[in-house]
Amino acid sequence: MTFMVSKYMSIKHQQALMRKSFNLASGLMLFCIIFTTQILANPAQTKQKLDADMNFRQDNAVEHPTKRTDSNSTADHSKFEDLKVPFSNGSEVTKACLKCHTEAGHQFMKNIHWTWTYKNKKTGQLLGKKHLINNFCTNARGNEGMCAQCHAGYGWKDKNFDFSNQNNIDCVVCHDRTGSYYKTPPTKGNKSCSIMFENKQAIQWSEVAQSVGLPARENCGGCHFYGGGGDGVKHGDLDSSLIHPDKKLDVHMNEAGANFACTQCHITKKHIWAGSRYNVIAKDTEGTGKPGQRRDVASCESCHGTKPHPNDSLANIKLNNHVDRVACQTCHIPTIARGGVATKTNWDWRTAGKTRNGEGYKEKNYTQGNGEHRATYKSIKGDFIYGENLVPHYGWFNGQMIYTTIDTQFDPTNGFININSYTGSANDVNSRIWPFKQMHTVQPYDKGNNTLVYMHLWGNDENAYWGNYDFGKAIKAGMEKNNRPYSGEYSFIDTYSYWPTTHMVAPKEDALTCAECHSKEGRLKDLQGFYLPGRDSYNWLDITGLLAIAGTLLGVLMHGLIRLFSNKVRNQS
Amino acid sequence: MSLRRIMLFTRFERFWHWSQMLLIMILLFTGFGIHGFHAFLSFKISVTLHTASALILLLLWVFAIFWHLTTGTWRHYVPTTNGLWKVTKFYAYGIFKGERHPYRKAYWRKHNPLQALSYLALKLFLFPAIWISGIYYLLYSFWGGATSGEALTWVAMFHTAIAFAILIFVIIHVYLLTTGHSFKEHVMPMVNGFDEVELTTEEEAYLENDEPEHIK
Repeated sequence: MTFMVSKYMSIKHQQALMRKSFNLASGLMLFCIIFTTQILANPAQTKQKLDADMNFRQDNAVEHPTKRTDSNSTADHSKFEDLKVPFSNGSEVTKACLKCHTEAGHQFMKNIHWTWTYKNKKTGQLLGKKHLINNFCTNARGNEGMCAQCHAGYGWKDKNFDFSNQNNIDCVVCHDRTGSYYKTPPTKGNKSCSIMFENKQAIQWSEVAQSVGLPARENCGGCHFYGGGGDGVKHGDLDSSLIHPDKKLDVHMNEAGANFACTQCHITKKHIWAGSRYNVIAKDTEGTGKPGQRRDVASCESCHGTKPHPNDSLANIKLNNHVDRVACQTCHIPTIARGGVATKTNWDWRTAGKTRNGEGYKEKNYTQGNGEHRATYKSIKGDFIYGENLVPHYGWFNGQMIYTTIDTQFDPTNGFININSYTGSANDVNSRIWPFKQMHTVQPYDKGNNTLVYMHLWGNDENAYWGNYDFGKAIKAGMEKNNRPYSGEYSFIDTYSYWPTTHMVAPKEDALTCAECHSKEGRLKDLQGFYLPGRDSYNWLDITGLLAIAGTLLGVLMHGLIRLFSNKVRNQS
Repeated sequence: MSLRRIMLFTRFERFWHWSQMLLIMILLFTGFGIHGFHAFLSFKISVTLHTASALILLLLWVFAIFWHLTTGTWRHYVPTTNGLWKVTKFYAYGIFKGERHPYRKAYWRKHNPLQALSYLALKLFLFPAIWISGIYYLLYSFWGGATSGEALTWVAMFHTAIAFAILIFVIIHVYLLTTGHSFKEHVMPMVNGFDEVELTTEEEAYLENDEPEHIK
């Protein structure tokens, strides 16, 4: 029955049906995988343990690649003659891929992993890594020699990169299933930095090419788990603990259970993915849709519907009544950075540039849940504060983000600026209460023009901050390189950024209890514009009411006492 | 005229009274918990109990209203000024002087005028106010989406204010049970249904002939 119907159903619907029948099978398979990997693990090949702070993407091989259990592939790429030839570089592999996947190249070149550009139709803002300034390493633009190691292409070093040549696409970064593929920065950078990327085993291109399959968590995670310059740094709900997560950490990605890959929610159509933080569907009122529909959303509702709780108790009915104003994530992601990997919450660029004996250094004074030590100071970046099991920041969100871009002039006397601010309010029916990871940073800005700045961080030249530790030169070079006006004077400003939280969905028994929000000192105590039972009350009403009750009690007490007293007097006389 | 013990509170009336009492106690307790005055129960359990009790109470009221109308019992609550002042004066100072309660219960008038007026006010104003605001509150998600987030404030404030008023009623109601010869004497009629009433000869004859089990 399942297979007869499945032809007409979307992958999501198939998954729901097939999951049941696969439970036993996947359990057995998992056992076999674990068993064989244990047996076959050769000590000589054991990979050097990653330094969580030394990587801007996962630049090392994955110890145990995950297994996708949902593949419906009808092809075994290891049997293709075109892939059995020796390849000397990635572009050659791409050419081989495109021989059969004739349209993939052109389709791929439209997506954001390639363009690093997103034009927001509503605000007209030009977004994407190619343009934006963030409050981590601040800007990829101009630092492509480093940052483009997370570009799904080969060789983007500077503005001369050819975005129209499909042979520049890196297919295997997403599709490698050996776990042995890695990327290093397109350029070497300063001597002291390039040491991070030396002594790596050569990539076995043919082996990698023959292994290809649908991307698994470690493929996407290779970059997305390491955003902001290290494991878990940026998002808080995305880090390397999601490669092999248990149920507590993520109920969908749970390796021993549903074992979702990223693309099971971020469904894909012609290499365009659903779900983007540049264009968030903060309130999905469409629900599951009909079979075969809805290939363009990554919302919870697209699988769970718009009444996700069973209507079998008053409490559950009430929970379904929350769906219109509270995002699923708000209750079902109780805390972020739960997997033993910390996320950065504060970054102070002002202290960067200290040296010991003329050399940059780092201090590792934070030990995260999985035992790894994290740098709390780095000469190249400044001071950091980390957090784990963090309660998110909550706000009314309608899906619209407004960014402070390089073009935005701001008033520094306000005390801080939002790198991105979420819009929405209690009065807006399209807004729901969403969780965010809030990032606070003190970073350089152009004091004369009141704009953010592009810094020239990476390079083997005298202007690169990661080498000379001179903000003045790095900003001047970064702005000049990108034809931006620079007043010549910089200062530092407090910035905040907000990252919608949507991963690390906990099992239902770990979802927030009502009183987490419905209480005076609850999680939503600062969220304004609406009446929240249990949190809100009006003192004058409560005081009046309690006084009236106290008055009544006192009144009847007096009445009773007078009765008692007058009775006694009467009895005596 | 003779003073006889008769069935004054029939089985349904007693059932209605005590189940209503229990439900109102639960509602007050859970309601003030939800309001944030105490946290003896979790918010989820409080809301569940509060909602369930409210729904049961609504159903009970439907039956009670039907019962009042079909049995003619509503007549006990028709307001009258006849004797109202006397009763008021009694509670204000007569009671301290050991005076006899000025009101005699009648077969078709089992409440004294002040009592009848209080119950009528409770039934016509406080109860409708609490359940209209309660239903409005409960169905928030059906109307709240299109209004400002502050709209619920007014509903909640009104609901809370009425809850205070009902608690005040409960306190006075229970206190007044102590004003007769004994607390027990006031409570027992609502337990076994029998109370002492001045009957006319016709009423006495009717009861003895047609409802002998209702007269002692």
